[in-house]
Amino acid sequence: MSKNKIETEKMNWEYAAAPESASHIQLKEKYDHFINGKFEKPSSGKYFDSINPATAKKIAAVAEGNSKDVDKAVKAARKAYDNVWSAMPASERAKYLFRIARLIQEKAREFAVIESLDGGKPIRESRDIDIPLAAAHFFYYAGWADKLDYAFPNRKPKSIGVAGQIIPWNFPLLMAAWKIAPALACGNTVVLKPAETTSLTAMKLAELIQESGLPDGVVNIVTGDGKVGAEIVSHDGIDKIAFTGSTDVGKLIQKTIAKTDKKVTLELGGKAANIVFEDAPLDQAVEGIVNGIYFNQGHVCCAGSRLFVQESIKDIFIKKLQDRIETLIVGDPMDKNTDVGAINSKSQWETIQGYIELGKKEGLEIFQSSCKMPKDGYFIKPTLFTKVAQSSRLAKEEIFGPVLAVQTFRTVDEVIEKANNTPYGLSAGVWTDKGSKIFNLTSRLRAGIVWANTYNQFDPTSPFGGYKESGFGREGGLHGLSAYLKFD
Amino acid sequence: MKNSIQIPDFSRSPKVDQVGIIERASRFQTRSIKNESKIQALEMVLNMIDLTTLEGKDTIEKVNQMCYKAQHLHDDYPGLPTVAAVCVYPAMVATAKAAVKGSGVKVASVSTAFPSGQSPFSTKADDTKFALDQGADEIDMVISRGKYHQGEYNFVFDEIAKIKELCGNQARLKVILETGEIGTLDDVRRASDIAIYAGADFIKTSTGKIGSAASIPVTLTMLYAIKDYYLKTGTMIGMKPAGGISTSKLAIHYLVMVKEILGNAWLSNKWFRFGASSLANDVLLQLEKQRTGVYQSKDYISID
Repeated sequence: MSKNKIETEKMNWEYAAAPESASHIQLKEKYDHFINGKFEKPSSGKYFDSINPATAKKIAAVAEGNSKDVDKAVKAARKAYDNVWSAMPASERAKYLFRIARLIQEKAREFAVIESLDGGKPIRESRDIDIPLAAAHFFYYAGWADKLDYAFPNRKPKSIGVAGQIIPWNFPLLMAAWKIAPALACGNTVVLKPAETTSLTAMKLAELIQESGLPDGVVNIVTGDGKVGAEIVSHDGIDKIAFTGSTDVGKLIQKTIAKTDKKVTLELGGKAANIVFEDAPLDQAVEGIVNGIYFNQGHVCCAGSRLFVQESIKDIFIKKLQDRIETLIVGDPMDKNTDVGAINSKSQWETIQGYIELGKKEGLEIFQSSCKMPKDGYFIKPTLFTKVAQSSRLAKEEIFGPVLAVQTFRTVDEVIEKANNTPYGLSAGVWTDKGSKIFNLTSRLRAGIVWANTYNQFDPTSPFGGYKESGFGREGGLHGLSAYLKFD
Repeated sequence: MKNSIQIPDFSRSPKVDQVGIIERASRFQTRSIKNESKIQALEMVLNMIDLTTLEGKDTIEKVNQMCYKAQHLHDDYPGLPTVAAVCVYPAMVATAKAAVKGSGVKVASVSTAFPSGQSPFSTKADDTKFALDQGADEIDMVISRGKYHQGEYNFVFDEIAKIKELCGNQARLKVILETGEIGTLDDVRRASDIAIYAGADFIKTSTGKIGSAASIPVTLTMLYAIKDYYLKTGTMIGMKPAGGISTSKLAIHYLVMVKEILGNAWLSNKWFRFGASSLANDVLLQLEKQRTGVYQSKDYISID
């Protein structure tokens, strides 16, 4: 019995749900602070909820820190620094870091699932990017621990002391790794505060650190909101602040530590220009633009949120971009086929919606994917605004969501001027087939990272950081080491 | 030739970034296709296969057996589709045509001095005319790769256009680029453009006669050429990756790619084909696995 379908039927083929199982993860109902190698109840006795943004339901409760908790953590870190960690041979420090890296790899699947549950990012990203990169950072800095003299020849590098580290909610475990790995490799101890909406993988990391046998007090984690961060920043026992987050908070930190000798690195906001020339490989540029702005729902400080497209290719490029946006699958972060997950929190969802409404009110041309949307949770369709003016708030302010503002340009000088015309300077992208054009732009764009014919590539060996209001100091690579060292 | 359409300067075909293509290609391979979408995909794959035998040792018996298989892939599994076509040398077209009569399965014939194409055009034309006289529904021609590398794009173009003219309304023309000999992805793109503008109904990656056959990055590059032509003219062109696609998983990743680059409209054997000889049996194994929950021995599935 054969049936013949030749040249007749058009298939309507859709992907069935392919959810990653969450049955293997171990989550506690309540998470305490991690101080001096032990889990300690908050002195306030209070806990706050950590919400799954894809369902708006509570996953676990997390300790609410205060000044007493911070003080305890800083004292533990100081004791560990003085008595154990700074005195330990560097090759021994390296062994602990290697062990942590390997443990992250072993538990990669559990970390990935929790990261997606707690933060809303697609499981594909947490599985293929966040968690492997976090392990890679520990491996990379473990290798440097006993080679600091070679990294900085004739400069006698020394550890600084206790580092206070405050990290954002967009890449929770990865940012913890970016901060902890170089600090420990250089012989410092740390007090880390994860963002209040995404504390869970940091607490799982605390369990893993406990399991690794790292000496007590070398890593301390205190959870809570911005007030806890402020306590860390102003605590006298802290020698160095490392902060990743918004520019407003970055400015506040600088005010607080003025007149102290605390060292600081800040990695703040961005409003990156992604520049497409007419001679670029257009289909690959489309991919890069999409990856640049819709990766992690646009919750990326280096997101390519401003697209500059050369006028001669505007129509075809926007058409290709729209077609590509239509194929993005928005929905359950736990589905392996999801491209764009949930917005991290209700308040961020409201912020992004506010900008979309503003764009509509300003009369900009809006394009949104016609994709199906989940009923519950916080989701926003991938959004594109065209005919955006340089002076529009959509082109000036960091939205931190899946919203792309498109402008056109005619000449190289014009686009460089416009791209640099922002208080930020974290990253930029250039798309062209011509090498000389790439070199011209990379040297004239005032941004810490400039990608050519690609976007959002991260590697532990490569320094990352900004110009102007995007912050200062570099993380990753040799530059990332020097931020945790002092020199004679 | 499509008269109303302006022929572009092929020396200025759009550029392709290899790193970007490979990155995009790897994304299709992380798509997870399960349950009913998997069964639907597997049946689609079967229905898109050009079951092929292109050997010097082909006999009438062998071709007859393959043609029977084309219509009866696995009668133990009710309701299976037929394959799209059988693909043979011109000398076997009459045999195949008789063997698939009435089934709807098309007969495709390779021609133009397949696989090298190293013959005078008169020979290529005769080769094609013979296949058409024998009743071929589809012609799979090869392009002159040597001339391409000499920069003689017009020569390559004219050959395709003339063969297309011979095919007339009788046969759809598939143009084999032999991408393993063409070189870089920039060249694959340029050769695709030449073939499409010269009148190809399908563009096809490979003859299957050299080491390097179809790959996801090469096929992706060709799909972008098809997409650009469609955006410019509204005319659909078909795609046929051939050679090296022997597992269901890989075949499904090709379907994912076609869906995400060109859309569901291309997901029928009018617009997409697999040139493959061993793929069908792996698909049958997978379908039986979906139906029964266990893998069968390969001995339950016939090997034609």
